[in-house]
Amino acid sequence: MKDIVPDLKVEQIKRLAASGGRLDGRGLDQFRDIEIQRDVLGSAEGSARIKLGKTELIVGIKVGMGQPYSNKPDHGMLATSVELKPIAHHSFDQNITKPMSIEISRVVDRGIRESGMIDLKSLCLESGRKCWMVNLDIMVLNFDGNLIDASTIGSLVALSGTTVPASLFDLGEDFPLPIGNMPISTTFVKIGEHILIDPTGTEEAVADARLTITTDASGDMRAMQKGLSGALYYEDVTKAIEHSIKTGKNIREIIQRRD
Amino acid sequence: MDDIQLIDKKGKRKDSRGPEDLRPIKIEAGVLDNADGSAYIEWGKNKIIVGVYGPREMHQKHLQRPDKAIVQVSYSMASFSVDERKKPGQGRREHEISKIIAEALERSIISDQYPRTSIDVYIEVLEASAGTRCAGVTAASVAIADAGIPMIGMVASCAAGKINGQVVLDLDKLEDNIGDADLPVGYIPKTEEVVLLQMDGHFTPEEFDKAFVLARGACIQIQELQKEALVKKYSQEPEENGTDDNGENKDDMAEGGVLQ
Repeated sequence: MKDIVPDLKVEQIKRLAASGGRLDGRGLDQFRDIEIQRDVLGSAEGSARIKLGKTELIVGIKVGMGQPYSNKPDHGMLATSVELKPIAHHSFDQNITKPMSIEISRVVDRGIRESGMIDLKSLCLESGRKCWMVNLDIMVLNFDGNLIDASTIGSLVALSGTTVPASLFDLGEDFPLPIGNMPISTTFVKIGEHILIDPTGTEEAVADARLTITTDASGDMRAMQKGLSGALYYEDVTKAIEHSIKTGKNIREIIQRRD
Repeated sequence: MDDIQLIDKKGKRKDSRGPEDLRPIKIEAGVLDNADGSAYIEWGKNKIIVGVYGPREMHQKHLQRPDKAIVQVSYSMASFSVDERKKPGQGRREHEISKIIAEALERSIISDQYPRTSIDVYIEVLEASAGTRCAGVTAASVAIADAGIPMIGMVASCAAGKINGQVVLDLDKLEDNIGDADLPVGYIPKTEEVVLLQMDGHFTPEEFDKAFVLARGACIQIQELQKEALVKKYSQEPEENGTDDNGENKDDMAEGGVLQ
């Protein structure tokens, strides 16, 4: 089912963008408000509920026992999945959302993995045989665009409060998941000639191209993903990188702020 | 089984409830932006969110009914809702629960006003701790009312059970795991109709009677919490929200159609 409303709004989006504005009153390089709730579920070893504007999701982390991948016998395992269920948007059903959820979970996973945020080596118990397995599951409750960044933020918050349940397996005391450098993703869309950060659902629906840039605390690039069929110019990319580093710093502060 | 003492001689349970006490229940209406109606319930350690879409066009034409709306329910448990991670996707248990909840809710909805449509109810269990179907159907009814769908009355639901040979209300996880019987009841207090009823375990006819009356009484109590959740939402000033233009409409319908 295709929404026609975004198509009707595209001219208005472009007109506003020409003078630096957006439908929801933000500037082009302004992120939406982030609301964070930590440790919301007793059944999970780590959890978070996140709102990015009207996009809302729950992240639950279960830590169990597994066998290391044969190509990484000395590493613990991380498995990331995103569920886009029909509760989140009237147009969501399995056929539509499956490719989308796979791409999102892979981009989120890549940022976390490539940044070395989780010390996976320390999660190996017995080379090639036994390791901790971190299952990171993201459930989207309300969709209004930019699931990659919302999922990344939610994952970071949940991971940073995760406990490894060692006592459950008679392996000593429970300990906090070893967490280091946090990767922050920021996503941009290109609509006409304009680059907008943190797109809403309507903006995503009419976007020509999408770009996600994941940066670490020192401002280095850790993962990138271009999406949709439109093209980007070199200038678009450098501009996005510049904004990504600046915005990433702010978001990192919000995530690490303990209220 | 009987060697574990779930209830002491004074009738005090492990979590210090009496035999006829409910776990704490908190219901909130209108918690999701995109869904036409929604509700969140915390019941003991259970945490469940429900979203309702519709009445909307029924896409599978062969399921359309020319005389009324179809109620479709998807009850599912999140992978992280239980101690040992559950594989994502619906299993047989979830399919069965979805079906009995759909049937319970369908009775409560005045569905002949919306022929050829479907009312889609998504029940997502975020944290499970015994009694999720009762909590789910209770929250779903609030979400349907929040969507402004006319009903003959809301369904409230609660289970009674038996532990150490004694009939008690609202089993928690431990009691459910090692208890002797469980009886979930869904009830529309306004019409005094029973719309959901299951049982497993072992009851004598006298025990069944006692358990049923206990569960029904709890449903009447829970109905008040459902109403309070709706009153709380709809007595608030509408949030300033430029894009949500059906807010007012929903208000009127919920108030006229459900709250008595």
